[in-house]
Amino acid sequence: MEWETVIGLEIHAQLNTVSKIFSGAPTAYGAEPNRQACPVDLGMPGVLPVLNQGAVERAVMLGLAINAEITPRSVFARKNYFYPDLPKGYQISQFELPIVGLGHLDIELEDGTIKRVGVTRAHLEEDAGKSLHEGFEAMTGIDLNRAGTPLIEIVSEPELRSAKEAVAYMKKMHSLVRYLDICDGNMQEGSFRCDANVSVRPKGQTEFGTRAELKNLNSFRFVERAINFEVERQIDLIEGGGSVVQETRLYDPDRDETRSMRSKEEANDYRYFPDPDLLPLVVDNAFIDSVREKLPELPDAKRARFVEQYGLSDYDAGVLTAARDMGDFYEVVAAGCGAPKLAANWVMGEFSAAMNRSEVELADAPVNAEGLAGLLARIQDETISGKIAKEVFEAMWNGEGDADAVIEAKGLKQITDTSAIDTIIDEVMANNPQQLEQYRGGKDKLFGFFVGQVMKATQGKANPAQVNERLKAKLDG
Amino acid sequence: MAQETLSGWVRKLQAREISSRELTQLYLDRIERLDPQLNSFITVTAEQALAQADAADARLAKGEKTPLLGVPVAQKDIFCTEGVRTSCGSHMLDPFVSPYNATVVERMNAAGAVMLGKTNMDEFAMGSSNETSFYGPVRNPWDTERVPGGSSGGSAAAVGARLVPGATGTDTGGSIRQPAAFCGITGLKPTYGRVSRYGMIAFASSLDQGGPMAATAEDCGRMLNAMAGFDERDSTSVERPEEDFTAGLEQDLKGLRIGLPTEFFGEAGLDERVRGVIDAAIEVLKGRGAEVREVSLPNSHLSVPAYYVVAPAECSSNLARFDGVRYGYRCENPEDLMDLYTRSRGEGFGDEVKRRIMVGTYVLSAGYYDAYYLKAQKVRRIIADDFRRAFEDVDVLLAPTTPELPFALGAKADPVSMYLSDIYTIAANLAGLPAMSLPAGEIDGLPVGLQLIGNYFDEARLLGVAHQYQQETDWHARVPAAFA
Repeated sequence: MEWETVIGLEIHAQLNTVSKIFSGAPTAYGAEPNRQACPVDLGMPGVLPVLNQGAVERAVMLGLAINAEITPRSVFARKNYFYPDLPKGYQISQFELPIVGLGHLDIELEDGTIKRVGVTRAHLEEDAGKSLHEGFEAMTGIDLNRAGTPLIEIVSEPELRSAKEAVAYMKKMHSLVRYLDICDGNMQEGSFRCDANVSVRPKGQTEFGTRAELKNLNSFRFVERAINFEVERQIDLIEGGGSVVQETRLYDPDRDETRSMRSKEEANDYRYFPDPDLLPLVVDNAFIDSVREKLPELPDAKRARFVEQYGLSDYDAGVLTAARDMGDFYEVVAAGCGAPKLAANWVMGEFSAAMNRSEVELADAPVNAEGLAGLLARIQDETISGKIAKEVFEAMWNGEGDADAVIEAKGLKQITDTSAIDTIIDEVMANNPQQLEQYRGGKDKLFGFFVGQVMKATQGKANPAQVNERLKAKLDG
Repeated sequence: MAQETLSGWVRKLQAREISSRELTQLYLDRIERLDPQLNSFITVTAEQALAQADAADARLAKGEKTPLLGVPVAQKDIFCTEGVRTSCGSHMLDPFVSPYNATVVERMNAAGAVMLGKTNMDEFAMGSSNETSFYGPVRNPWDTERVPGGSSGGSAAAVGARLVPGATGTDTGGSIRQPAAFCGITGLKPTYGRVSRYGMIAFASSLDQGGPMAATAEDCGRMLNAMAGFDERDSTSVERPEEDFTAGLEQDLKGLRIGLPTEFFGEAGLDERVRGVIDAAIEVLKGRGAEVREVSLPNSHLSVPAYYVVAPAECSSNLARFDGVRYGYRCENPEDLMDLYTRSRGEGFGDEVKRRIMVGTYVLSAGYYDAYYLKAQKVRRIIADDFRRAFEDVDVLLAPTTPELPFALGAKADPVSMYLSDIYTIAANLAGLPAMSLPAGEIDGLPVGLQLIGNYFDEARLLGVAHQYQQETDWHARVPAAFA
């Protein structure tokens, strides 16, 4: 039988506010346990939550970016359950009335077609703390630094049909939240993670199969592998005469498999009800407009503009606009050197390769956009050749100064003086009488030999076009 | 000496007729001598009080005049006090010392008040008799075999016996007004949102409201001046211009329209003698120019059932944080997490608290939420609408505070009969309206309370009506013989 996979993703993105969603404690990552938790985060008796406006702005920004309805009056609710890292015994979240309603995100499939994926809703909530299991004999440590960190949970429609589509969607959302600068997107630190609801059904069937929820997937690779494993598991189960049970499963990357955490029967009844400590969140048009003004150019629009403005291929424009900082970097380089295509080739080629080799982020790269533009400008004005430029770039990357300084120090300036080139050509001809005779006797192929000899004599600095032209004249003369 | 009111002491302190240290010592001595009969204090902070008194004396010497400068007060043990145990009347928080001050405590400290200690209360403010306290019941100063009411029974008994001139209370369904009535004092529950709830341990967040308890309406106004005000740490706190709650005290009652809700007089269970006291009080007010008419609050019979859905629902969630993990009581040698939770909570909470947590958990459960919680919230709106209509025709509503006299300790073993003692007070909480109780008579040596309910933010008017009544009567000045 042919099977169809149905996937919906719940993405949790930590919002990059300075302080927590309901308290003034800082959100910075990596502090000593419980040093960034104030009485509100600790769930002390009598404390009350106060909503952080920065979190609301970020949520609205996301909503606008996915063309969603912004709920004029949304409501915070308490999700009640007991867990040691949940200090109040409830999580403040949004349930019936989330701040962001129905929206959508376009993703590009492998064959290049565009698929519109519905986003059911996105709501604000607080993160929980962490349980620490190492270093406590027969006990568990609780670190509440993360408790109260603002999260936005973005829930997709069950419209994704393969692990690859799910990854494409997640990558697009990842790119978007970083474009909007509402989330740092750091997946290792858990700033961006997702749960996947996965089910299968016979192709052609309209009703959904029973789904399993895969929890806490914190890399694109894990999302793909976990879904693929789960799809296989479900198909095997059904084809073997069994049936899928609705449950929560955990992906184990070491063994590349998913395991049952708890079934629906054991599931919590969260007893949601509106949080009486918080008034309904009213977002008026003036507020929405003020957020709209802060919206940056979004990836799809920027990609189209790059094709139009710089004459790039759609593919190149897509690569360059995948991350906002890379797009900005490219534009500075293109403007600085006046050669948009050359800039694109270098940013995607040498420059990206160097970043990968050195394992640095763009912001930490030893060569900045102005520096790279300076180098490419020297190619443009024929001070150096493209080949020499790679050597200069290497030196720049190693901190040896800007393009001009490196060219000067290493004496790499291209030889464009015709008389100088003529002198070298004369020397080469004098030193290779045999080849000269053969060439003049009709062995045209030897032209390349003479070019090589001239370039060798100039350590590659001679302008190749001029060398060609002058050699031709002298050999044939 | 101890007959003097809080307002009287403010004047004497300002006039330097007595020092704050002398006054503080006077009340500390009374507490030490008389409180063993009442058990109205859980914690007495004598040393800290004397230090605060000395600081107040220094400020008084400089001519400072903050509203409560140098005046001894007590805090209900539901308000968090930095460095001092805050138990909320529960075994669960017996070991808990708060790292911060409630906004009310902070504001009263800033106003110069001297805190003598923390008063006893029903566990987590759940009760109407002060019998659910982990620290034992409080006794009524008018008859120590009777209850002082609850949940602010410690504050009411302490003020009634003049162990302190004024104390704070909190009122979720009548917890300021009912004990004020039972102990013969004046107590005000402000409009929801007037007084910050930050640092006030939550019972039912949408109903809880802190307020003053003292001998007179004037005292309550002074205290409220210090307690009330916008607090950015409480999202339900209301931002309004600062108000002087004593400003309307001298306003005469000519033309004041008082409404008598028929439903509060017709209900079975209203003691005829209490009714007689209320009728007499109405005559006093009429004599000072007030007009009285009957009004109807047709849905008030729904108050108690709606309250006993909403309040337990919120409490079941609010009390989830008391889990033995971070602070407060933790059971001995827990075997695993579930054991830690179940025994810490099982041993840390008393029966009434557990009963309400269970009811609240039930009404919020999937499949029951709509039928109970959502329905109860609709009832709240209907009840608020009844009041809104009534206030189109009248300025103030008048009713008994309680249907009966202070009852004997142990008399109400059945929880439902206990719940019904708040039958006249709950509606104001559901609607969020200000309401107060003031002493209006005596029956068999026991005080009777008169309740006034006002429109939103009309505390000054309520206090004015009460003050005018207290100009004509002396019930508020009476002190039980054993404590005179």
